[in-house]
Amino acid sequence: MLQDKDRIFTNIYGFGDVGLAGARARGDWNGTKDILARGREAIIDAIKKSGLRGRGGSGFGTGMKWSFMPKEFGARPHFLVINADEGEPGTCKDREILRHEPHKLIEGALIASFAIGAHACYCYVRGEFLREAEALQQAADEARAAGLIGPNACGSGWDFEFHIHLGAGAYICGEESALIESLEGKKGQPRLKPPFPANVGLYGCPTTVNNVESIAVAPTILRRGPEWFAGIGRPKNVGTKLFNISGHVNNPCTVEEEMGVSLKELIEVHAGGVRGGWDNLLAVIPGGSSVPMIPKGICETVKMDFDSLREVKSGLGTGAVIVMDKSTDVIRAIARLSRFYKHESCGQCTPCREGTGWLARMMERMARGDSKPDEIEVLEQVTRQVEGNTICALADAAAWPVQGLLRHFRPELERRIAEARARQSGLAA
Amino acid sequence: MPKLTVNGQEVEVPPGQTVLQACEAAGVEIPRFCYHERLSIAGNCRMCLVHMEKSPKPIASCAMPAADGMVIRTDTPEIRKARQGVMELLLINHPLDCPICDQGGECDLQDQAMAYGFDRGRYRENRRAVKDKNWGPLIKTVMTRCIHCTRCIRFATEIAGVPVLGATGRGENMEVGMYVEQALNSELSGNLIDLCPVGALTSAPYAFACRSWELRKTESIDVLDAVGSNIRVDARGPSVLRILPRVNEDVNEEWISDKTRFACDGLRHRRLDQPWVRREGTLEPATWPEAFAAVAKRLKSAKPDRVAAVAGDLADAESMYALKTWLAKLGTPHLDCRQDGAKLDPTCRAGYLFNTTIAGIERADACLLIGTNPRREAPIINARLRKRWLMGGFTVGLIGERADLTYRHEHLGTGTTELKALADGKHSFAKTLAAAKAPMLVLGQGALARPDGGAILALARQIAEKNGLVKPDAGWNGFNVLHTAAARVGGLDLGFVPGSGGRDTDAIVVGAGQGAIEVLFLLDADEIDTGCLGSAFVVYIGHHGDRGAARADVVLPSAAYTEKNATYVNTEGRVQRTRRAVFPPGEAREDWAIVRALAEACGTRLPFDQLADVRAAMAKAHPTFAEIDVVQSAPWGKFGAAGALEAAPFRSPIRDFYLTDAISRASPTMAECAQAFSGTSTGMTGTHG
Repeated sequence: MLQDKDRIFTNIYGFGDVGLAGARARGDWNGTKDILARGREAIIDAIKKSGLRGRGGSGFGTGMKWSFMPKEFGARPHFLVINADEGEPGTCKDREILRHEPHKLIEGALIASFAIGAHACYCYVRGEFLREAEALQQAADEARAAGLIGPNACGSGWDFEFHIHLGAGAYICGEESALIESLEGKKGQPRLKPPFPANVGLYGCPTTVNNVESIAVAPTILRRGPEWFAGIGRPKNVGTKLFNISGHVNNPCTVEEEMGVSLKELIEVHAGGVRGGWDNLLAVIPGGSSVPMIPKGICETVKMDFDSLREVKSGLGTGAVIVMDKSTDVIRAIARLSRFYKHESCGQCTPCREGTGWLARMMERMARGDSKPDEIEVLEQVTRQVEGNTICALADAAAWPVQGLLRHFRPELERRIAEARARQSGLAA
Repeated sequence: MPKLTVNGQEVEVPPGQTVLQACEAAGVEIPRFCYHERLSIAGNCRMCLVHMEKSPKPIASCAMPAADGMVIRTDTPEIRKARQGVMELLLINHPLDCPICDQGGECDLQDQAMAYGFDRGRYRENRRAVKDKNWGPLIKTVMTRCIHCTRCIRFATEIAGVPVLGATGRGENMEVGMYVEQALNSELSGNLIDLCPVGALTSAPYAFACRSWELRKTESIDVLDAVGSNIRVDARGPSVLRILPRVNEDVNEEWISDKTRFACDGLRHRRLDQPWVRREGTLEPATWPEAFAAVAKRLKSAKPDRVAAVAGDLADAESMYALKTWLAKLGTPHLDCRQDGAKLDPTCRAGYLFNTTIAGIERADACLLIGTNPRREAPIINARLRKRWLMGGFTVGLIGERADLTYRHEHLGTGTTELKALADGKHSFAKTLAAAKAPMLVLGQGALARPDGGAILALARQIAEKNGLVKPDAGWNGFNVLHTAAARVGGLDLGFVPGSGGRDTDAIVVGAGQGAIEVLFLLDADEIDTGCLGSAFVVYIGHHGDRGAARADVVLPSAAYTEKNATYVNTEGRVQRTRRAVFPPGEAREDWAIVRALAEACGTRLPFDQLADVRAAMAKAHPTFAEIDVVQSAPWGKFGAAGALEAAPFRSPIRDFYLTDAISRASPTMAECAQAFSGTSTGMTGTHG
């Protein structure tokens, strides 16, 4: 369990003053100039040493990502892009930061921009987050008025501009290269990699794209020291993390916990337990809609971090825990997710464009039982055909929930089909 | 040079190449739909997946740069499975209408499905249907067949320079199209048909005409502009059904203009298939001997210096040589191949060639266009200029009519005032030219086909010499004349120009009107003012019943470019040959043979009996014709004439790209295009439907 003294987001529920004064009282913007005075290398080294892994879903080392940026300044400017296009179903952690801790994000943006040599940061906020973008803009205006950002930010001699851009409601724009395309005013479609954004990113310039949470925790890490952060959690899965618990729990909530906290503890302690008691639990999607679900048996013991969840063939993703109790029609639940991915596929590459639609339609029929037993095998094969063959990870995200369903609830599918067929033959007779 | 291993075989490729190209270098074929050498990389069809060591997922070989030490495998079961998976996904929403699809037999999807397709479908849902688009009279769309490779979008945006195509919608609902549906207004639009790997974009005029395996394919060259695009003529029976491009990196890469491609239906309309003789004011059908006798009778009564000849835009070198030989024997100096009256100087070959060569455009870094609209006059050359412009570091200035050339250019002025200022070094663009490493200028017929054309030619030479456009030591000649007629350079090379004291085209026409010219031979010449020929006896040798035939007293039917083995010289000075794909209709004969027979009927025996003899004699008299398919660079010299400049603005000679010659004027497709794109209506009768 995370102790209160180790919390980074002390105003995540917005009980305190969201403005600059309140943020300062909580320690934000404290000694930012001194942090910048340590120099680019020292900041990147400290973030590397802290073991911070990207909070957007894939868990790539943040310090490592920053270090990929060119060390020398060429003719092209560098950019920091903050991914606040939080569209993953079940996830609402960045929203809380934008609403209630915007100064942590802006301060982090300044530090990260300085570390990667960027004078401008674009924060791509999900279009639906209108109020959040307003809150962030207000905080940015405050910070600018106080000289914390803008020319000679914090008196450090570093010029820094913070821009907010609102998306238009496409899930795929949360993918970093599609986000860059969208930011450039083009259709949000992921780019081919290589070249990676650190080499050719926004407007063809070196760019780092980070999740809101990764950026927002950076100032605190630098203030309290990387050792402190690395000391929380489990090896290679360190620090604190915002978890969102939703679904069939008594008290759905967003909570900051240490990495590697057990799933059961997270649900029982913070979310008030599963509706109808722990034994009423059916399955959990532990990291946002894109990761495979895990059934109750695994939920008993699994720890919430990148590597532990990978061992049980799921993933931490964004840390959005979706709890399903025994009243859930699990096939319909996954069919709904498949429909979501069909709707959100950008249509650029073949497997995803064609495969998500096929999966969604098959799942729709599976949910009704309108299928044949051997079609379950087809479903499985289609998820394999789609997975790993595309430009971005959306196809994987569409395939994994179905794979999770097949892995753990195949008998349920077979039963549904058998029932439907029995009903049919009954009608016929 | 990166060295990599493909299926255990080491291969070295130039830097910057992709894994796909490396695989091809190793002799391994990679299936692909979206990848195309001349377009940017999209990487979206996912058919070219290969296995790369240390990569957990298969990689798209078309998009991955080849790097040193890569170990690539294309033959693993996983890769085969991945490709089969992609193929199945491509096919689930592709209609099973191959039997009625014009792409059938030459369809990439069909071919790849033979290699990677399943023998049955597993898709039980309804297939997607997409509404067809209306992209104008040339391209037929069946959008349900589209596999979203985006080649057409990339071609329109990158090569053609008309960025109107794009993808709308997302996921399954993604559609290739335009935001506001309109006809695709590009002179290169037909290339979309070749690029489309499936039957989504097919040729509208060719729809349901033929299956590809029924066609007889003949490699030839195009004569409807002066580029000399390399083409393949596809014919069935007696008719040419379609024309496709052939790859020639030095000329047309693999593109052809819409006129080249679609005007071929003009070869079936308004053809002259028998001789005609005018009797009492009316043209009446005749036999060859009757026609020859009529000419011989009239010619006998005319003095040699009252006989003249004009060669038109489609005339081939052999027939011009034969006619010139005969006229020399008759003893008349009045002959001209410059049908449009351009003041081209035949004395210096470098003065009328596109010396830089088309491929050479890519080495230039500044370009001055004078009195030309290359987009209309030579779309293929315009595409090269655009290609060069896209590479960056290429400044273009234009003196002439304002035009959308598909690349950014500075409009310097409209006429001789600015040209004179430039020649005197008083114009800012002169500095640009002088500072450039490889500057070029393109002089259009719009600046030459006017009374002061000779002076303008001299002025252009002055600009070239003053600003370092001609550097023989560095192997650079930036002086270019852009012709619009396939026959012109050949005619000038042959010296089909007035002899001493001879009349040029304008003087011949005036002379005919005044009675000074009694017998006038028109060799495929339709672009002169046929209404002013007075009482001259006009002998027309040509293949279409166009303006020349309408005025003629004797019409001798000849063969069009798809019906003869003939030599043409393109604007670069490249000697190329057409090859016969079909026979001329009816009694029509090859042009040189008509001249040969007519001369004999008139009492002069020309010293050749076979095509090979004509060619041998021609090459002996004019050595440039000895070598085929190469550009022989011409030495720099003095050309142009002194004279006063006129203030009138330059005007491109081509008013309507789709209607420039007898063949395109006879083509129903070109007429439709002219109506759709140029707003020119032709032949409205009031009951035309």
